[in-house]
Amino acid sequence: MSARFDYRARNHPAYWAFLVHRVSGLALALFLPLHSWALAQALAGAERLEGFLRWTDLPLVKLAEWGLVLLLAAHLAGGLRILTLEFLPWRDWQKSLAAAAAAVTLAVGLVFALAL
Amino acid sequence: MGTTARNETWLWIAQRASAAVLALCVLVRLATIIFAVQDGLSAAEILARTRGNAWWLGFYGVFVLACAVHAPIGLRCTFAEWLGWRGPSRDAALLAFAALIAVLGLRAILGVFL
Amino acid sequence: MNALKVSVWRGNAQGGGFQPFEVPRRTSQTVLDVVTYIQRTLDATLAYRFACRVGMCGSCAMTVNGVARWTCRTHVDKVAADGRLEIAPLKNLPVVRDLVADMREFFDKWARARGRFEGAQTRRDDFARVAPQSAPRRQADAGIECIGCGVCYASCDVVSWNPDYLGPAALNRVWTLVQDERDTARAERLRAVAGDAGCHACHSHMACTERCPMQLSPTAGIAGLKRALVKSALRGEL
Repeated sequence: MSARFDYRARNHPAYWAFLVHRVSGLALALFLPLHSWALAQALAGAERLEGFLRWTDLPLVKLAEWGLVLLLAAHLAGGLRILTLEFLPWRDWQKSLAAAAAAVTLAVGLVFALAL
Repeated sequence: MGTTARNETWLWIAQRASAAVLALCVLVRLATIIFAVQDGLSAAEILARTRGNAWWLGFYGVFVLACAVHAPIGLRCTFAEWLGWRGPSRDAALLAFAALIAVLGLRAILGVFL
Repeated sequence: MNALKVSVWRGNAQGGGFQPFEVPRRTSQTVLDVVTYIQRTLDATLAYRFACRVGMCGSCAMTVNGVARWTCRTHVDKVAADGRLEIAPLKNLPVVRDLVADMREFFDKWARARGRFEGAQTRRDDFARVAPQSAPRRQADAGIECIGCGVCYASCDVVSWNPDYLGPAALNRVWTLVQDERDTARAERLRAVAGDAGCHACHSHMACTERCPMQLSPTAGIAGLKRALVKSALRGEL
């Protein structure tokens, strides 16, 4: 009876924090084996590693790396929110932890972008 | 892997514990990447740092194992809630996924350590 | 003042749809006033629940513009800025008819979670002396005002994704009992609320805490249960 995704009841910070946490987790879980496999392939020797590293200079790859760090930071921030909510004694300000988590995510993403 | 109170509680504990371990590992790794990438990466530089370095091997070994615990348990909830996939087949699939993460990860690390 | 354009869900367990009505707007009008007007003046076949009309019993809980609320405590001015109202029965519960939800599974889960006080004293014993400022008592007090209205249950995503999930109200009640020093069934209670059907399925979306008309925080209670279960597991009590 209810709509497939009714945003009206879900439009509060903690919900978005959850969604970002779950989607980033899914993306990371998909990426992780790929990352390990690619690394194992490339690190067969110094020459292969050098070739791999040149490949990492490509803009598309840099964008993917940046996306990955953002996902990682987002998932970490969301995870810290959960750990704080679950293990620290209850306080009202914990509601705004979701916002803090978002800020931290952005900060880390920016730092990495600047470092590129 | 049945759904007894005991099993479920231990899965939850494993999830939160591995999360805490990963939080530390990721912070270290992010810091390393940011500082390493700033100066430009070269194969020689990386391998000089990793070859024969037992601390490095230990650190990334823990990292990989924590991933192998954390990711499948996280997927377990998601599969149940968003795909309606519950029961032994789901748990078997996730166990296989955990093995995949562990094997691929350790292979990659050993490749750079040896 | 203009008329309100109200969309009311009509139907039963087999299905239904929204029916439009036009309701005159009045000062300090609540959504319950709107529903009452429709039933008394426009369509006597409309089924809905209410009792106290003054925000104490929780019977009038419905979905208003997609959000679960007490209709007697919801002023039209607050939710119908553009003159439109959409009223439907509470989500996550089977429909009896129109705006009436079947609350049986809500209370069944409460029972399944062992949300019932089990003490060891009889009427011949002296009163239990419980320090009101003790940490466990303060935790329990923070959650005992629940009147079982179902708003949290209707707002919870995990309830909609997981049919076995006991839900925020039942878990919150168990937490208040676990914190009650007179309670004698602690170990069994914790066992009843562990797992995918229990507290471990909560992902802290906090919709329950956002929506609770009594301003309780089931999220906090559920987090407490998770902590209590860690201790139980480590002590080998599970």
